[in-house]
Amino acid sequence: MADTGLTQARRVAGAPTRRAAYEARIRRRSNLIAAASTAAVMLAVVVLVPLAPGWEAVQRSFFNGRVFVETFPGLLEAFLLDVAIFAWCAPSIALVGLVIALCRDVRAPALFPLRAFGAVFTDIFRGLPVILVIYLIGFGVPGLGLPRPWNSPYLWGSLALILVYSAYVAEVIRSGIDSIHQSQRSAAASLGLSEADTMRYVVLPQALRNVVPANMNLLIALQKDVALLSFIGPVEIFRQAGVYKSLMANFTPYVGAAVIFLAITIPATRYADYLMARQQRRRR
Amino acid sequence: MRRTMLALCATALPATGAWAAEHATCAEGKTLQEGVLTIATGNPAYYPWVIDDAPESGEGYEAAVAYAVAEEMGFGEDQVEWVRTSFDEAIQPGAKSFDVNMQQFSITPEREEMVDFSEPYYSSAMAVLTTGDIVEAQGLEPTVESMKDLRWGAMAGTTAMPILIDLIAPSSDPLLYGDNADVTAAMQAGQIDAALFDLPTALYLSAVTLENGTILGQFPADRSQSPDEFGLLMEEGNPLKECVDAAITALRESGRLAEIESEWLQEATGVPVIE
Repeated sequence: MADTGLTQARRVAGAPTRRAAYEARIRRRSNLIAAASTAAVMLAVVVLVPLAPGWEAVQRSFFNGRVFVETFPGLLEAFLLDVAIFAWCAPSIALVGLVIALCRDVRAPALFPLRAFGAVFTDIFRGLPVILVIYLIGFGVPGLGLPRPWNSPYLWGSLALILVYSAYVAEVIRSGIDSIHQSQRSAAASLGLSEADTMRYVVLPQALRNVVPANMNLLIALQKDVALLSFIGPVEIFRQAGVYKSLMANFTPYVGAAVIFLAITIPATRYADYLMARQQRRRR
Repeated sequence: MRRTMLALCATALPATGAWAAEHATCAEGKTLQEGVLTIATGNPAYYPWVIDDAPESGEGYEAAVAYAVAEEMGFGEDQVEWVRTSFDEAIQPGAKSFDVNMQQFSITPEREEMVDFSEPYYSSAMAVLTTGDIVEAQGLEPTVESMKDLRWGAMAGTTAMPILIDLIAPSSDPLLYGDNADVTAAMQAGQIDAALFDLPTALYLSAVTLENGTILGQFPADRSQSPDEFGLLMEEGNPLKECVDAAITALRESGRLAEIESEWLQEATGVPVIE
């Protein structure tokens, strides 16, 4: 809202302008229409879907109350493992991603190997399917003959996730670094800042702020990809749901798992939206 | 090969013809396609249940049982059609692509609420798969006590996990895997010490897939605690069930089922029983 000082003053006085009243009316009208059309769609879904001939069977297989109640506590417990894996992966990913991004931005000719390493790292780990990396590192490295507990699937599976996701994060951070205009580096140099200080005090603070929304997206994706670790043994929520599914011949546990995931990812997505909107506003 | 076996049986059991005639009327109008029994198996179907992933040959325990059941129900060799489904496809709601589905489905009361099972055609012994190195390193013996502290693994989509918890009650949570190859990979990587399988699968894995694989012991098929019986899976309320049940009962009573078992499933007498 671009309020002018004048309208601000009038509003304080308690008398909305004609324009404000008009806008309020338009807003009310669109809200009403949106509500009505949403209600119509919901009604159609609620009334029409159960009319389908197979609805009862689908309901029994996917939305079975008894199975839901029976399996939900177990799923919740298994979800703690997802949260734990996420919690120890996310900071490592941020760190490794930042290091790789910095590697790619190194400008001294002598350090070219670092630059090449950064490029090769992102190329490889962004290019491979996550599940292949998990198998390769989760089964492959321990297969070399490491003793316990150093062959744990949790350890190497997490490392696989960290490698893949830091490649993505590195690219996002690099785009943030590139978005800072060259003139800022020149200005910093003219003030006598070293290359490292320029990066530390001038470029990175702005670059990282610019890429927060993009990184939020990656965080949400990571939350779901944690489930891929189940391929190498850990019984996290999706594996647990699969076990219940096969024992009860019923898909409802997957719905339970989805509900738990949504409870986390929807607020996270909304928060990412909010951050993005705030950034948009600031740029204007 | 199979043909000669059938011929042998036909001469040995003169009653078979009468049975077939009686059951032919039972299955009439109850199959997906008139006059054809559509049987589903896994994709791929595994040894020794189906040899070379070719159920049409009638080779392998389940393939042989399938043709025998079909014959009892009045379907000739050329009236059997094979399709492939995953476990999930077998239990999904909606129209099914098969009359009966046969891929080592264990009969459980929970599953029974969603789908129908036939009479069991096989009672499975459960076996502990491990490697010679692990047995040596940990001095394992075929007793529940010595196995409690192992790191356990199992296939996720099977009843092996609850049976493992019930029979052995391991001290740490077992790790679960999507297929047999992953279980053996984890064992080779030293992430698990042992895994619980049905005995025929365990024998196959220890002999073929797992390097230095060995079977530590078995919980025999006739155990009273957590028995594991395989049945043919059918859509809930399938009218064909009574015909399939009658056919399997007849096969069991005539000794035919035991004959097929001894032909296709390895003798397990050498495997020690776990105390």
